[in-house]
Amino acid sequence: MKTSTSIPPEVVSETHPVEHERSVRRGRLRGLHGLRAHLERTGMLLVLALLVIVFAVNQPAFLNIDNLFSILQAVSIVALLGIGVTVTLAAGGFDLSVGSVAASAQMAASYVLIVWHGNAFEAVVACLALGIAAGLFNGFLITRLRVPDQLATLGTLFLLAGLQLIPTGGRSLATGTILPDGTETTGTFPDAFLALGRLRLFDVVPLPVVVLAVLTVVACIVMETTRWGRVIYAIGGNETAARLAGAPTARYRIAAYVASGAIASLGGVLIAARVGRGDVSAGHSMLLDAVAAALVGYAVWGAKRPNVFGTVVGAVFVGVLLNGLTMLNAPYYMQDFIKGVLLVGALAFTFSVGRAADRHA
Amino acid sequence: MTAPILTVAAVSKRFGPTVALDRVDLSIRAGEVVALMGANGAGKSTLVKILSGVYGPDGGELWLRGQPFRPASPHDAKQLGIATVHQSIADAVVPTLSIADNLLLDRLCDPTSPWRVPPAVRRQTAAPLAARVGLDVDLTAPLASLSLASQQLVTLARALATRPALLILDEPTASLSAPEAERLFGLIDRLRAEGVAILLVSHRLGDLRRVAGRVTIVRDGRIVADLPAPIDFDAAVETMIGRPLRSNAAADTNANATAAAAATAASSACFSVRDLQLTSASVPFDLDVQRGEIVAIAGPVGGGKSRFARAIFGAGRAASGTMTLDGKAWRPRSPADAIRAGVFLAGEDRWRTSLFPDSVPFASIAGTLSFPFLSRWFKYGGLKRAREQRAALEAIERFGIRCTGPDDRLNRLSGGNQQKVVLARWHTQPARLLLLDEPFQGVDAGARADIVDTLRRHAQERATLVFVSDLEEAFEIADRVVRFDRATLDRVSQSDFTSHARS
Repeated sequence: MKTSTSIPPEVVSETHPVEHERSVRRGRLRGLHGLRAHLERTGMLLVLALLVIVFAVNQPAFLNIDNLFSILQAVSIVALLGIGVTVTLAAGGFDLSVGSVAASAQMAASYVLIVWHGNAFEAVVACLALGIAAGLFNGFLITRLRVPDQLATLGTLFLLAGLQLIPTGGRSLATGTILPDGTETTGTFPDAFLALGRLRLFDVVPLPVVVLAVLTVVACIVMETTRWGRVIYAIGGNETAARLAGAPTARYRIAAYVASGAIASLGGVLIAARVGRGDVSAGHSMLLDAVAAALVGYAVWGAKRPNVFGTVVGAVFVGVLLNGLTMLNAPYYMQDFIKGVLLVGALAFTFSVGRAADRHA
Repeated sequence: MTAPILTVAAVSKRFGPTVALDRVDLSIRAGEVVALMGANGAGKSTLVKILSGVYGPDGGELWLRGQPFRPASPHDAKQLGIATVHQSIADAVVPTLSIADNLLLDRLCDPTSPWRVPPAVRRQTAAPLAARVGLDVDLTAPLASLSLASQQLVTLARALATRPALLILDEPTASLSAPEAERLFGLIDRLRAEGVAILLVSHRLGDLRRVAGRVTIVRDGRIVADLPAPIDFDAAVETMIGRPLRSNAAADTNANATAAAAATAASSACFSVRDLQLTSASVPFDLDVQRGEIVAIAGPVGGGKSRFARAIFGAGRAASGTMTLDGKAWRPRSPADAIRAGVFLAGEDRWRTSLFPDSVPFASIAGTLSFPFLSRWFKYGGLKRAREQRAALEAIERFGIRCTGPDDRLNRLSGGNQQKVVLARWHTQPARLLLLDEPFQGVDAGARADIVDTLRRHAQERATLVFVSDLEEAFEIADRVVRFDRATLDRVSQSDFTSHARS
C-alpha cells in the first residue's frame, strides 16, 4: 500500500521534464553542430594563430618582421610546387614530378649561365621551357598512352632526377667546375639572376615571397572564379560527365600538367638564384613537402578538396611550426616527424569531422 | 493458409525529424511473391534495409519463421534467413576473380572458413550453386567475361547459397533485356514452388504483372494498400502517387496536335540517318525524325541504343553511313561540336554520365545546369553568378524541381528531382535535336508523369529521340516507337509497333 503511493515525482510529471530535456538537448545538439561546422571551416586557421601566439610568448623574436618574412621565404618554393600539385589534384591527377622538375630546372638555369654564358633572361626562359616540356611529356603519357597519373609522373620523377646529373657528370655546377669532357667552366651567375632569389622589395619583402603572392592570387582567381577552373574541378569529379558536357578533357588535363610543370620550374629558378649554383641535391625533400602542403590544404576553410589558398596556408603552417620549434631549440631531426604528425592530423580532421558534419546536416 | 514466414508488426524508423516508416505492418507467406511499390522517398528502401539488417527499427517487432528477428548486421540477417540481391551488381562482385570464387565469396570472406581451399574443391562447391540458377558456364573464367545478366545470376546464386526463407530482390530487371528478365522470372517461379518467400521491389509494372501475387504500396512511410492478384495496376499507381494519372484523352489531343504541327511545319525530316552501320557487323538502317516529333528507340539494354545515341552526339563513331541535320551533313567530331550545333544528349545513369560528385564545388543545381554552356555564356572566362542563378530559377520553375533554391546540392535531391535537373540542363538553351538515353531511370511514377508532360510541352521546338528499354515508357512519351536491337532498327516489327503508338 505504502509503496504504491510513494511514486517518485519524476515518474508522475513524466511528460514535461522529458519534453523539456529533449528540446534542451536538441538545442544543444544544434549548437554543437554549429560549432562543429564552424570548427571545420576555421580549425586550421585557429591552430595556426594559436601556434603563432605560443611561439611569440615563448620567444619574442619570433614576431620580428625579418623572421616572419624569412619563414615565408623558406616556404615560398614548397608552396609554389604545392600550387602545381593542387592544380593537378583538382583535375583528378597527381603530379609527383614537381620536385624533380624544380631540381632539373635549377640545374638547367645554372648550365645556361655557367657553361653557355647566357644572361638571366635566357636562363629563366630555358627553365620555363623545361617545365612546360615536362608537363607536356606527363600529359602525353597520361592522355595518349593512358598511363595512370601517379605512375606516369613517378616515371618522370626518376627520369628527370637522373637526367639532371648527366651533363655535369653528377657534380654540382659552379664557376670552376670540371665538366665530364675535362673543360673547366668559366661562366658566372649574373647579379640580375641572383636578385630573383635575394632581392628584397623595399628592403623587407623577399622577391620569392612576392612571386608566391602573385601566383597564389592568379591561381586562386583562375581556379575559383573562371570557367577554366570549373572545368578542371569537373574533370577531377567526373571525367565522363565533363566530356559528355562538351569539355575537351584531354586538353585540360595536359594543361593542368603543363601549368604544374611551369610553376615547378619557376620554383627551380628561385632555388638557383637563392643558392647561386647548380646543386645536385637541391629539391630532394620538396616533393613530399609540397604534397603535404596540398593535402593539409584540404582541411583549410572546410574545403575538403584540393584548393590553392589552402595549399599555401598549409605550406605556411609547416614553415611556422618548423621555425618556431627551431627557435625553441627543438632538434632538427624532429622536423620530418612533426610534418608527418601535422599531415596525418589534418587528413584525419578533414575526413572525419567533415563527414560527421555532413551526416548531421 | 500456412503461417507467415515473415511478420512485420508496427515497425517505425525515424531519421532526425523525418519519419521514414510509420508503424508498418506486413506479412509474407512461404511461396508468395509480394511486390513493394512506392514513389522515391516513400520508405521502400528503408523497409528493405531494416529487413536486410542494415538499420535497426526504432519501434515495432519482426518475426521470421515464428522467431523474433533482430539482425545486428546484414551478415547476421543472411545467416538468419533473409538474403538480399541489390540493384547495383558492381558493388556485389569482384570482376577479376573467377566465377566460382565469386559464388563462394561470402564463404571465402568468412573468418571461420579454412585458410586454404583447393581450386578443384571450390569448383565442386560452386557448381551446385550455379546449377540452381541455371548458370551454365565455365566456372574458372573471370567474372568480367560474363554478361551483366549472368553476373546478376551469380549474385542471386550467392544469395541463395544460405537457403534463405525470404529473398529480397531490389529492381532485379533494371539492366536486363526482355528474354533475360523472362529467364529470371522463370527462376522466381521455381523458387516460389520450393517455398521461398520473395519480396520484389520494382518500378517496372511489366515485372510486377508477370510475377507478383500481391502488391503492397508504401506512401509517406505507411502501407496504404495491399492488393491481391489480379492487380489493377492503374489503381495501384494512382494509390502510389496519391493522384490520378494524366488522362488519356488529354494525351491524345496533345499527340494529334503534335502530329498536325509536324505535318505542316516540316515535310522533310529534321534529322535523318541513311545506311547507318553502327558496327562493321551490324545491318545498316535508315531513320527520319521530324521537327516537333518524339520518337522512341525501344530495345533491350546492350542492344546498341546507347551506341547509336553516342554516334549522333559525336561521342562515338559509326562504322559507315551518313547522318543529316536540317539538310546538312552531320559529322560531329566531339560532344563539344554537337553541343555547339544544338544537338544535346542526356546520358543514361545520371551519376555516371551527367552529374558531378559532391566534392566538386559547383555540384549544385545552378552549377550542373550551366556546365555545358560555360564557354557560350562566359566568353572571357570569368563566371557571373547572376546569369547561372537566372537559368537555374527558370529551370526549377519549368520542370517543377522540388528544392530550396538554385544552390541546393545535387546529392540532397531525390532521384526524380536529380533526373529533372539533368533534363532541365538540356533545355536551358534551345536544342535542334535532343537525345534522351533512359530518361526515366530510377524515377518514380509521379516524377515520370511530370517529366513526360514537360518534354511533350517543349517538343515543338526540336526533334526528340528517346532511347528506352521499357516499352511502356516508350509508349508513354513518344509519338512513334521503333524497335531497336543488335545495333539496328527492327524492320519487321517497325510498322507493327508504330500502329500501336498513340493511334
